[in-house]
Amino acid sequence: MAEIQIKNVAKRFGEYQALSDINLTIADQEFMVLLGASGCGKTTLLRIIAGLETQSTGEVWIGDKRVDHLPPKDRGIAMVFQNYAVFPHLTVFENIGFGLRMQKLPNDEVTRRVQRTAELMHIEQLLKRYSGELSGGQRQRVAVARALAMEPDVILMDEPLSNLDALLRLEMRAELKGVLAESKTTAIYVTHDQVEAMSLADRISVMHQGRIVQAATPVEVYRNPAERFVAGFIGNPPMNFVTARPEGKGRWNVAGQSFDGPASDAGALEFAIRPEDLTPAEAGLRATAKVVEPLGAHLLVTCEVDGALFRAVLDSDLVVKPEDSLTLAPMPDRVRWFDPETTKAVAV
Amino acid sequence: MTAVTTDTAGDTRRAGRYVYLASVTLLCAWVLVPLYFLLINTLSSPEAVNAFPKSFIPEFDLGSLTFFANFAGMLSALKNSILVAGVTMILSITISAPAGYALSRFDFPGKELFRLLILLTRAFPLPLLALPLAVMFIRTGLDDTVLGLALVHTTLAIPFAVLITFSLFSGIPVELEEAAWTLGCTRLTAFTKVVLPLILPGITASAIFAFVISWNEVFAAAVLTIENRTLTAFLLQNLDTSPLHLKFAGGFILVVPALIFIFAVRKYLFAMWGIANR
Ligand SMILES: Nc1ncnc2c1ncn2[C@@H]1O[C@H](COP(=O)(O)OP(=O)(O)OP(=O)(O)O)[C@@H](O)[C@H]1O
Ligand SMILES: [Mg+2]
Repeated sequence: MAEIQIKNVAKRFGEYQALSDINLTIADQEFMVLLGASGCGKTTLLRIIAGLETQSTGEVWIGDKRVDHLPPKDRGIAMVFQNYAVFPHLTVFENIGFGLRMQKLPNDEVTRRVQRTAELMHIEQLLKRYSGELSGGQRQRVAVARALAMEPDVILMDEPLSNLDALLRLEMRAELKGVLAESKTTAIYVTHDQVEAMSLADRISVMHQGRIVQAATPVEVYRNPAERFVAGFIGNPPMNFVTARPEGKGRWNVAGQSFDGPASDAGALEFAIRPEDLTPAEAGLRATAKVVEPLGAHLLVTCEVDGALFRAVLDSDLVVKPEDSLTLAPMPDRVRWFDPETTKAVAV
Repeated sequence: MTAVTTDTAGDTRRAGRYVYLASVTLLCAWVLVPLYFLLINTLSSPEAVNAFPKSFIPEFDLGSLTFFANFAGMLSALKNSILVAGVTMILSITISAPAGYALSRFDFPGKELFRLLILLTRAFPLPLLALPLAVMFIRTGLDDTVLGLALVHTTLAIPFAVLITFSLFSGIPVELEEAAWTLGCTRLTAFTKVVLPLILPGITASAIFAFVISWNEVFAAAVLTIENRTLTAFLLQNLDTSPLHLKFAGGFILVVPALIFIFAVRKYLFAMWGIANR
């Protein structure tokens, strides 16, 4: 049983507020992904959970135990570092077996576990090498294997696949997910790759400027972003935003068209729609095509609506040329609204 | 056209090569020629050393060295030198290694000042300190002892040893230690299992460096010892009275260990100075 609770954690580095007001509960055996742009505090949060950094305020609980005063070795965690941290004076075998030797496990048990995790990470042929003789991607896999071999309650991974080529990354991603599900480990996985986050996560915590802005399932984060930041950050191409003016109770004017919307008395709202939720139709938003990119399965059309950049992913059979006028109808149940003042989502 | 350019390029390269070779030869000669003379004269009979003109080929006569070994007090001075340098080496490493570690790993108020002060200890002229130090040593009974002189030599060696160990520890990423902590190590076991193996060669190098500093030191040794002179102090004391071949033999005995040690640890000294060596 290793549920992780982070209560009111904040971290300052001198004047700089790296984390503020972090509250997060990660269920036993859950796969939680921390997703956010570079410098938003993902590594810092992970290090606080690991015990390598001390939070300025707040509490960290693992299982039923408050751990924020314990050294890393007593927290029941294993960690994969962003820059691998493979020991240069030990062979790959001894690196993977390091934690097991610290636990004073018998030799044959160490060998068995090292072999197994090495095979899992496809590095069984490298066991005799030193880290100086490995490529970046191989080192990264040694680092992951070293953490897995510990069979910890909680595994913390800081961008563990960032240095692998696309194909290997895809393969490792699937294997990692399988291995962790099987081993009943609670996992926290840091990445800034949203595809990776979507494919791995039970839940995603989107971080922005030291805060967690939304923690929800991948589909929820994608479909119902809680903040404008999340809407713009998740999805490629990102969500479209157009300013909406009030027309009366629950009616909003978007680029000259009238839409049903929230019954809010804000002076203006932002109308948001994903590019793939648009279809050419008789009635809808009037757009002028600017750039047309055929992507095989789809046609990505970058256009202008009301003077703002607007993207639509359309059927690839459609013939669109630059400067063509289009009328794009948004799928009614996919339209989202954001308050520009609070940047929060506004319910309809 | 191509042929011409290649030719000029070849000429330039050849000229560059000559300059390179000449510089290397000159630099080598700068160091090796005096050493060679030292060697010839040490390995010649006392008569040959004092004669003129000098031969350029050693006679392989151990007369000078035997004379040196039999010169009253010389062997005990040699022993003193080794003892003092040994104690200096141990003291300066046990003090400097933790200091270097702390400097590289912890943030504490006054850290920069501390680093500066460590260097400033070298700014005090030893002659200025020697007299009060001698008085204090006589009062505490440290005068004319191996330990007393080793203490002074340790203060001389510490600035280098601290800076060397500081840069060695800084060269080891903190993440390696942190990884060890997450894998079940305490601060201490992480140090012994990860940092120490990585740092040991460098520590050895800086220990040997401390040894050489003490071995070569003359002034404090001459002022602070009377009966238990080190080799340098002993040679200095007998400089005007001792015959030429004795000076050569003594110089040779002084130079050789220093040379051997520096040669043995050259790899780490180079590494410390950022010269790639692998
Ligand atoms: N020891 C430190 N002292 C001062 N500032 C720090 C320290 N560690 C991190 N920071 C700052 O805290 C912020 C968050 O850093 P962090 O390493 O957690 O980012 P990250 O989300 O992991 O980014 P990346 O995706 O680039 O790894 C950054 O602005 C960083 O400069
Ligand atoms: Mg990071």
